Amino acid sequence: MGSEIIFYILSALSIFSALVVVFSKNPIYSVLSLIVCFFSIAGHYVMLNAQFLAIVHIIVYAGAIMVLLLFTVMLLNLNKESEPHKSNLIKVAAIVTGGLLMLTLLASLRTSQLPVYVSPTDLGLGTVQTVGKSLFTDYLLPFEISSILFISAMIGAVVLAKKER
Amino acid sequence: MQETIQVAQNLPSTPQTWYLILSTILFSIGVMGVLFRRNAIIILMCVELMLNAVNLLLVSYSSYSGNLEGQVFVFFVMVVAAAEVAVGLALLVSIYRNIASTDIDVLSRMKW
Repeated sequence: MGSEIIFYILSALSIFSALVVVFSKNPIYSVLSLIVCFFSIAGHYVMLNAQFLAIVHIIVYAGAIMVLLLFTVMLLNLNKESEPHKSNLIKVAAIVTGGLLMLTLLASLRTSQLPVYVSPTDLGLGTVQTVGKSLFTDYLLPFEISSILFISAMIGAVVLAKKER
Repeated sequence: MQETIQVAQNLPSTPQTWYLILSTILFSIGVMGVLFRRNAIIILMCVELMLNAVNLLLVSYSSYSGNLEGQVFVFFVMVVAAAEVAVGLALLVSIYRNIASTDIDVLSRMKW
């Protein structure tokens, strides 16, 4: 019962902050509510017994990506309501499209034959030990390739953002 | 008795369908944002939102089915998302230096 209440609170928080991300005029408010959304999703990971992923999620998203986004928003001086007022037609069309997509996905999930489980089976599944063992034995090659991806992304970011002479 | 209390504290009693619905809603909000925001940074943030919705779905399936591979996959999705944000923001800074705007309507020069 208690976990259901926590689920409701976390879900309401994440949906509300996601809506603020989309509908807020000021980009700073969007970034800050995105942080709230990411923390509530980390709470969901903890509820799902994925402790390692929850910690990695907080470190990567709230630590790295949010700093990058806030830094860029402030560097580009976008912290004002600089977005020009567009016609309401695009807004209405986008909302209708998103709502229709959500209805379609929910209906397809409802009628599909996906295995939907009632409760988790293994409680020690998401600990650092098990995930790390899987990462460094079965998934060693993708892990190393992702490090190459990081190096290339780092070099690419530096090259792209460098001021031309 | 102690054992049952411990299990009852650890097992989420929420059915997995709720996680499916929640991640569907979050994904749709992200799609909505990509469709109607004009600021390119906000569009990047909405892409992150959609990636997180899919991550939540993968973690819920992994946890409920007792299979670890979903969580490993979510880890790699996070790695790729971090690299994507770094390169995307560098591109945006570079574009902003040239045309002093991040409005995607101004950026439509690459449109065919």
